[in-house]
Amino acid sequence: MSRIKTLLGPIGIAAAALFIVVVLGALFAPLIAPYDPTIGSVTERYLGFSTAHLLGTDQAGRDIFSRLLFGARSALLGPVIVVTITAVFGTGLALISVWWGGLVDSFISRLLDLLFAFPNLLLAMLAIAVFGPSLTTAALALSIAYIPYTARVIRSMALRERNLPYIRSPQLQGISGVVITVRHLVPNIAPLIVTGATINFGFAMIELAALSFLGLGVQAPDADWGLMVADGQQSLLRGYPAESMFAGLLIVITVASLGYVGERLGGRAATGRKF
Amino acid sequence: MSTPAIVVDGLTKTFSGHGRHKVTALDNISVTVERGSCLAVVGESGSGKTTLARIIVGLETADSGTVTLNGKPVAGRASRSELHRRAREIQMVFQDPQSSLNRRLRVSTAVDEVLRAHTRLDARARRDRCVELFEQVGLEPRQLDSLPGELSGGQRQRVAIARALAADPSVIVLDESVAALDVTVQGQILKLLAELRAAKNLSYVFITHDLSVVQLVADQIVVMHRGAIVERGATAEVLGNPRHAYTQLLLACAPRPGWKPQRGLIRAFREKIAS
Amino acid sequence: MLEIRDLCMTIAAERADLDILRNVSLAVAAGESVGLVGESGSGKSMTLRSILRIEPSNATVTGSITFAGTEVLSLDGEALRRMRSTDVSMIAQNPHAVLNPVLPVVNYLIEGMHDAQGMPKGAARLRAGELLEQVGIDGVDRVLGSYPHQLSGGMLQRVVIAGAIAGKPKLMLADEPTTALDVTTQAEVMAILDEFRRDLGMAMLYVTHDLDLAAAVCDRISVMKDGQIVETGVPEQLRDNPQHPYTRQLMDSRPAGIIPSVTAPSETDVNEGEPK
Repeated sequence: MSRIKTLLGPIGIAAAALFIVVVLGALFAPLIAPYDPTIGSVTERYLGFSTAHLLGTDQAGRDIFSRLLFGARSALLGPVIVVTITAVFGTGLALISVWWGGLVDSFISRLLDLLFAFPNLLLAMLAIAVFGPSLTTAALALSIAYIPYTARVIRSMALRERNLPYIRSPQLQGISGVVITVRHLVPNIAPLIVTGATINFGFAMIELAALSFLGLGVQAPDADWGLMVADGQQSLLRGYPAESMFAGLLIVITVASLGYVGERLGGRAATGRKF
Repeated sequence: MSTPAIVVDGLTKTFSGHGRHKVTALDNISVTVERGSCLAVVGESGSGKTTLARIIVGLETADSGTVTLNGKPVAGRASRSELHRRAREIQMVFQDPQSSLNRRLRVSTAVDEVLRAHTRLDARARRDRCVELFEQVGLEPRQLDSLPGELSGGQRQRVAIARALAADPSVIVLDESVAALDVTVQGQILKLLAELRAAKNLSYVFITHDLSVVQLVADQIVVMHRGAIVERGATAEVLGNPRHAYTQLLLACAPRPGWKPQRGLIRAFREKIAS
Repeated sequence: MLEIRDLCMTIAAERADLDILRNVSLAVAAGESVGLVGESGSGKSMTLRSILRIEPSNATVTGSITFAGTEVLSLDGEALRRMRSTDVSMIAQNPHAVLNPVLPVVNYLIEGMHDAQGMPKGAARLRAGELLEQVGIDGVDRVLGSYPHQLSGGMLQRVVIAGAIAGKPKLMLADEPTTALDVTTQAEVMAILDEFRRDLGMAMLYVTHDLDLAAAVCDRISVMKDGQIVETGVPEQLRDNPQHPYTRQLMDSRPAGIIPSVTAPSETDVNEGEPK
């Protein structure tokens, strides 16, 4: 624990705390939120800050604070789906590629090159056009787009490790590749996988919010930060910035704090690029 | 006359490196290692000595030629079951103590893994055997639970030797196993290896570039240069009365008391070799 | 030329401070070659790095290092830069770390001469060619145009040596320059280094773990262990009559054995594919 604290540094600890607050907010939204996020009353539109409505109401009279809390759920769930699928398949493909080598490696690398060619958001939009807009569709589509990035980096490190004696030695005993990969290779590339996951999380969050913003992700009347930023545009023009502003702020804070924590914990493994 | 431990006959191996010209790593190599003896394979980088070791142990496949282990020919292509079988007769100790052990696992796992692969002992019995092996290589039982990073280079090599002994092989291939160690530690490890060889009637193939190590450890020596064996014989004979220009060059370049590097002499040898 | 007195270095670590160097004192006169021999962790590399002030940033250094009369530990800025670029040269173990992998090696040589001595680029290139010939490289033009990854370790180390002596430095610091090389290449590179040192009258501080190697090229040797110098003397004295138990331990690990001295390629040689 103390080692994690020294790794994070004072800013890192604050960042981690912020992120944890957001996660708790999402988890306990039904208990904390004072109002149903989807129900609003036209008579209560654009109310300012008050004890009844901490952050006011939006153009449909819905409590912004409650919507932010519930919005945190989709804001976090989406990236979790993306990161999990990307980590599992990206790492899996990389490890298969590295262990088998030769033609298998070439084939998988070419496949990944193909995926690389698609810009992430376009791929997502394509999927949504086919399957209809929803959080899960967007998340799945994004996962497929992210897999080659993760696979490339993991493959690179796994390739280096694979030729080292501590992998060669069990191989000489005739121990199966799967066992060696899981027992020896994975623990040594795990830090890289974790760091990649935190970085991907941030990117996924922003891109999913962008999709929702465009109306291609979470659909009204569900609450979602990206959606709120979009919905709040009209209100912004009328002088009621609360909805867009707070939603946008939360996106930035969450992504930034997780990214910072990820970098500190990953140390040298972290890069600024999409992972 | 007992069966030789290893008989290598007509081994040839070429590498085609990434579209560049082919490299002949081994050119029709034939070597015999008598049971209970230690053969030093001496050469510089590019001599083929490492390739020879890897083929004997099963990490590479030769293009042509045969390898016979304790009288039984080994299969050309080393499948997993072939490696498993071969590992009971021949094991390898690698050069780099750093990468020889999985840095994330306790050192006992390295030995335990080999025991699990080759014996039917239960966990308790394996643990006892690990303790026994550790004592044989001069380590303390409590060090079983150390991480590699907590041990010195010499201690890590001792673990590597214990690992090599775990399968109870009759032959051990040592690939520059003391090159990465401090000079004072080298002596201790070489002494340990000599004791083990005598106690268990092991046969060694010792790959090295260091002639003073050869003196301390080997009965027979083969000198390799660019994939071919240029000289062979009893250590004292070859080192005391070298006949091939390359062996003479190696001796002229070996730092020892009273030695001085002489450019002219080296050039003369190189010209002789080239002709 | 170089005098180190009571050099101490501590590095701040998590739990406690580590003493890397403890009262290290040695001297190198002009034109003299001094060896610093020790095993890993003895502090020999750190000593060298302190001279050029390239020790780790979390290290505290006390004591005195005088080079040509000037106290090095209190130099900074322009004076330090001048010392590093012209008066003192360093050769390290890994030539790849010094040469820019995306530029042909000629750039490394020209850069040094042009920036440090203000030589015009054309003249610098000619001089680079001359230097490479002197370090025994054939096909100089081809080598100059090659990238680091196209050349062997021995070749690269020669290029680095050429670059290091280009400015005719007064002091050469060599940190295990041949450890990563084959034994025959090592002997050649050491011969070249020694030759140049004598011709140019450079002082040299040579760090290595190999006592015999140091004995071959050094006038005096200091043996280091655990951050301290345990014994200093001429090579013969250290070998025949070591005073300190550690020196004796080093001696004992490398017995002289049966390797004879070889003076010339013998007449009776055997060609490839020797008789079985």
